[in-house]
Amino acid sequence: MAAAQTDGQGHRRRRFNPDRDVAEWHGKYLPYDLVKEFLVALAVVCVLVAGLAVIFSSPDEKPVTVKSWSASDPVGFAQTAITELDGTSGVATYGPPYNNGGTAQSIGPFSPGQWLGVHHPIDTANDFVIAPLKTLPDRPELAAALATYTAASTTQQTRWTTAYENAVANATFEQGALKLSSGHYGPVGPMISGLTSMARSGALDGALLSTRQFYSTDYTKPLLFIADGSYLANLAQGQHLSGDQWGMMNETGSYPGQAWLWLYTLWYQVPPMKTSPNADLQVWAIMMGLTLLLALLPFIPGLRSIPRWTRIYRLIWRQHYRDSSAAQTSTRGPTAAPPPSPVSSTA
Amino acid sequence: MTDTLPDTTPPDSVAADRPEDADQWTAKLRHAAVEALPPERLMPDRQPAYVASWIYVFGVLTLAALAVVILTGTVLAIFGPSWWHESSTGLFVNSLHLWSVEVFFFAMVVHLWGKFFMAAWRGRRRATWITGVVAFVISVGAAFTGYLSQQNFDSQWISTQAKDGINATGAGAIFNVTNFGQMLMWHIMLLPLVVVLLVGLHVLLVRRRGVVPPFALPPESPAGNEPAGPPPGTPSQEQS
Repeated sequence: MAAAQTDGQGHRRRRFNPDRDVAEWHGKYLPYDLVKEFLVALAVVCVLVAGLAVIFSSPDEKPVTVKSWSASDPVGFAQTAITELDGTSGVATYGPPYNNGGTAQSIGPFSPGQWLGVHHPIDTANDFVIAPLKTLPDRPELAAALATYTAASTTQQTRWTTAYENAVANATFEQGALKLSSGHYGPVGPMISGLTSMARSGALDGALLSTRQFYSTDYTKPLLFIADGSYLANLAQGQHLSGDQWGMMNETGSYPGQAWLWLYTLWYQVPPMKTSPNADLQVWAIMMGLTLLLALLPFIPGLRSIPRWTRIYRLIWRQHYRDSSAAQTSTRGPTAAPPPSPVSSTA
Repeated sequence: MTDTLPDTTPPDSVAADRPEDADQWTAKLRHAAVEALPPERLMPDRQPAYVASWIYVFGVLTLAALAVVILTGTVLAIFGPSWWHESSTGLFVNSLHLWSVEVFFFAMVVHLWGKFFMAAWRGRRRATWITGVVAFVISVGAAFTGYLSQQNFDSQWISTQAKDGINATGAGAIFNVTNFGQMLMWHIMLLPLVVVLLVGLHVLLVRRRGVVPPFALPPESPAGNEPAGPPPGTPSQEQS
């Protein structure tokens, strides 16, 4: 343990610790043109970046829309839509910050998502299905179906949606319409068929975006709706972007993505995070802890000694040690010389 | 009009030296700034002889790449977020932006590891280390919001995947990764501002404290021994 000492002027002095302190430099100072170095570095980076941009360009895969999804996979769209209506979809059962359909992730009693509650309220049945359908004009049969559904008891609604959900699992799409085996779907059949037609026309994209004002930049609802289906995930799988493929650190095509997220992504590949329902919070807790350790490393005995123990510094400063060794061999005397510049490493 | 004589002191004299200005905040601030970073320390033309390794290049490469990132990002901002999807020139500028970010992170990570193996926090350089680490973390956030602002399939997928981590921490209550407008503002305004301020502070701290000296080796020991402290009586830079 470093013992505190006091010098002649009453200043506190501590025993020298090589992982915390340095001896003041009394060796040589050499000309070093920082401005020239920066400009040369800037020129090198500009040439390198321009070369990479010319050769490789940058990826720009077209985004998925509700229209493109429902056009490519109308049955998958209908299967997702019914889960939004009956409240069994991923978003409907998500919990905060979207709704109270589920509970936020937790580590023991620590559940910040739950504490902060709902901030972007989403009622999937109303926001993704009923409200968009209500915007369609001149559809009396659809208006009647909506009136019937909304007036029915929750038990009756569940009977209809359960029957439809079972049937749509084996549905087909022929001649521009969903084909299901007959069943007691009540108004749910025309509602989901109407929503599928609306999606295929592109009208649902706009309806999910609509807000009280004209302009909108919040794509939360359409994005969450699309992500509830398997279409987006299947495309991502094909682009090696899914979680078990190191997900977000990759980029579409063969481009380098956010490689600096490798450690964050790594934790999702190892137990218990690999299968844990609280994996996201666990990974974030680990990463926050590691980030804190890195930032506070100079204060942590043991960790701050790693550079000295590994001796990689000998490689970095090999020229300095070689010069010092040669000077000591030749003179066997003090090598210190006053710096030719007023610059000093002393603060 | 007053009948007192005008102050004939040249305006470029040091005001803090004048007794009547001893309490002036402006004079005090200037005095403190010049004392902390005199011109010869702010822009030195000499460096200690040990500053002789390729590893030192990566700090300035990081700064140069950051300059290109900001320049190309500014051009993209001038023409708006849809430009690069519709114009070949815009796509090229976007490519410059992407690759400068890749170079920026590569250089910054090598710089960080280099400074780690130098134990560059020694000698009252802890604040330099901490500002560097925080700048790295904020840069990760800045790049992340850039990926979210691409308006293509990649940004859709990243936002719908990343929301779970952000929401789990509770940050999703205010930081909505599926809100394009919010992410764009964070990407082109808030986070770059923080990164530039932190990098500026980091560079000023490097200039103030200087480049960390090598570990000292015992003069009589054969190569390979552990570093030792300085000889008795040698002044040292200690943590206060």
